[in-house]
Amino acid sequence: MKRLTQGDSGMNGGVSKAPTGIQGLDEVTRGGFPRGRPTLICGSAGAGKTLLAMEFLVRGATKYEEPGVFMAFEESAADLTENVRSLGFDLERLIKQKRLVVDYVRIERHEIDETGEFDLEGLFIRLACAINAVGAKRVVLDTIENIFSGLRNEGILRSELRRLFAWLKDRGMTAVITAERGDGTLTRHGLEEYVSDCVILLDHRVVEQTSIRRLRVVKYRGTSHGTNEYPFLIDEDGFSLLPITSLGLQHEVSSERFSTGIAALDEMLGGKGFYRGSTILVSGTAGTGKTSLSAYVVDAACRRGERCLYLSFEESPGQLVRNMKSIGLDLKKWVDKGLLQFHSSRPTFHGLEMHLATIHKLVDKVQPTMVVVDPIGSLAEAGDRRDASMMLIRLIDFLKVHGITAFFTNLTSGGEAIEKTDVHVSSLVDAWLLIRDIESGGTRSRAMYVLKSRGMPHSDELRTFLLTDTGFELLESTAASRDIRSQTSGDVLPRRMQGTKRPTHGRDTLR
Amino acid sequence: MKKSPRLDKQNPLSLREISGRKSRARPDTDVWNLRLYVAGQTPRSIAALANLKRLCDEHLSGRYNIEVVDLVKHPQLAAGDQIVAIPTLVRKLPEPLRKIVGDLRDTERALVGLQLRPGRPASGET
Repeated sequence: MKRLTQGDSGMNGGVSKAPTGIQGLDEVTRGGFPRGRPTLICGSAGAGKTLLAMEFLVRGATKYEEPGVFMAFEESAADLTENVRSLGFDLERLIKQKRLVVDYVRIERHEIDETGEFDLEGLFIRLACAINAVGAKRVVLDTIENIFSGLRNEGILRSELRRLFAWLKDRGMTAVITAERGDGTLTRHGLEEYVSDCVILLDHRVVEQTSIRRLRVVKYRGTSHGTNEYPFLIDEDGFSLLPITSLGLQHEVSSERFSTGIAALDEMLGGKGFYRGSTILVSGTAGTGKTSLSAYVVDAACRRGERCLYLSFEESPGQLVRNMKSIGLDLKKWVDKGLLQFHSSRPTFHGLEMHLATIHKLVDKVQPTMVVVDPIGSLAEAGDRRDASMMLIRLIDFLKVHGITAFFTNLTSGGEAIEKTDVHVSSLVDAWLLIRDIESGGTRSRAMYVLKSRGMPHSDELRTFLLTDTGFELLESTAASRDIRSQTSGDVLPRRMQGTKRPTHGRDTLR
Repeated sequence: MKKSPRLDKQNPLSLREISGRKSRARPDTDVWNLRLYVAGQTPRSIAALANLKRLCDEHLSGRYNIEVVDLVKHPQLAAGDQIVAIPTLVRKLPEPLRKIVGDLRDTERALVGLQLRPGRPASGET
C-alpha cells in the first residue's frame, strides 16, 4: 500500500526528529518529536498523556533501538506495568532486556518538611543512574508537576526545572514531559515556559454520550506540522491518530478495470467493469439487492485473489454469509482463506471519528484492494448529516489516496427522488448504479442502470434482473427500457417491449 | 549499633556512622536513626551535617545515630528512600518515617519536622 507522504521537503528547517512510531503521529508532526529536546504533552486527567508517553518510549525501544527511561511521579512501576498491558506493551520483558528503565519517584508532601536551601540533585542523580543503566536516548517525566505538590519552595523548583531541561538537552535526550491542563493555561504550573520546543495538547470530551479524543500540535518550533485537531483512539494496539489526509485531490489513478462478477453488468460498463481505485455507489430502496450486488463484486474480487474488507453497519457477518448462500455465493470460503474480512458494528456504537479511525486501522492491517461500506446512510445516525458527510469524504479520500476501490451502498427511501443521497456523496462518486423495483402485473422485479460512470462509455439501459438461487440473472435488455431513467419524470412507459422474457411495461412503483 | 568514634576531618561526609551513644544500656527504641543524604561535599551539605550534629547533641544527646550517604558515590541508594532533594534528612527511627529537606539552618522547623517539638509540620497539609 502506498505510504502517505506530504510535500513538506523545504519546511523542516533542519529540525532533527525522533520518530514516535505512533500511528498517524509521525505524519502529523512530519517525522516525530524534536530530537534531543523536550516535548510537552498536556491534557486533563484521563486524556491519555501517560499512555502516549509510554508508547513513545516503548516504540523507541522496540522499533528504533533507542532505550528509554520512564520517571514515574504518579504511578508505581507495578501499576504502570499493569495499565499498559492493555496496550499490548510488556514492560517487564523490556525492563529485563535492559531496553527500558522505570523509576518511580514518590514525593509525599505529608512526610516532608523544608528547612532551608536545597536543590533537586537527588533527582538528577537518579535520572543519570537510570540513563546510564541502559544507554537511554529517550526520557519520559510523567508527570513532573508532582514535584510542585510535594515541595513548596517554588523558586527553587522552577530554577531546578530549568536546570533539568538544560541537563537533558546537554545529554541529547529526547524527552517527553507530561503535565495537567491548567485553567485557562496550557499547564497548571506553567511548564510551557520551559518546554517550548514542541507542545501537544490532548483533549478528551464526551459529546452526546460519545467519548471523543483529539490531539493537537499547539506548537512545534522550526518545522511545519499539521495544525488541526486530529481524532485518535487508544486500543489494544496503542495509540492511533487519524491524520486528515490531504483533501486536495492529488492522487494517482489507475487505468485498470476489474469485473463485477456479473457479465451483463460489466457490459453495461463499457464492457470492462469498473476502474480500480474508483468510488462506486449503489443505491436503491429496501430489498432491491444492493447487498447482494456488493457480495457479488466481493466474490469476484476474491476469486481473483484480491483481499476485500466488508464493513457492514446493519448485518452481522454470519447473517451476510448465510443470506448470500441463498443466491449461490459462498463467502465463507473467502473468509477462511483470509481474503475477505468482515467488520460489523452499529453506527451508533461509537462516534464517527472512532469509526473512521477503526476503518483506517483495519485497512492498514488487511491491506485490501476493495472496501465495501454497507450502507453509508447508517453513518448519519452516528452523528449529524454534516458530520457524516465530512467523514465519508475523508474516507473516500483516504481510500483514493491508497488506490483502494470503494464500494458503497445507500438506501433511498420511497417517495424521495431516487438520486438523493442522505449524505450527499453522489457528486463525489465516480460511478453510480441505481436499482429499482418494478411492479408489473402483480409481480415485482428489479432493474438496475448505470446513472453515471466517469471515464468510460456506459449503457443507458435499464436492465431488469432476477435474484435467483444461482445469483444475478440480468434479463435481455431492450431498447424499450432506454427511457426509464429518472423518477422525476413520473410515470414513464417504455416505448416498445420486444424480445423481453418478462413484460416490462407497467408503472414503476417506488415504495 | 556500630560505634565509630573517629571524625574524619579530611573527608567529613564519607559514608559512615556517627554515633552519639554513650553506653549500651539504653533500650533500642529510644535511639534515633537518622540518615543524611548528600551529593558530594558541597558547602550546603557540610552545613547540613554541622547543623544536624548540633541539633542532635542539644536535643537527642546520647541517643542518636547519624548515617551520611553520599549519592555521588552511591547513586543507587537514592531510590530506596525516594530521595529527590538534596540534602535530605531521613528519620528512620522512631517511626513514622519523616524527611526533612534543606540545609537545616532553620532549627525550629527542623525540630518540628523531626517531631521533637510540637507544631504543624511546615509543608504538611494546612
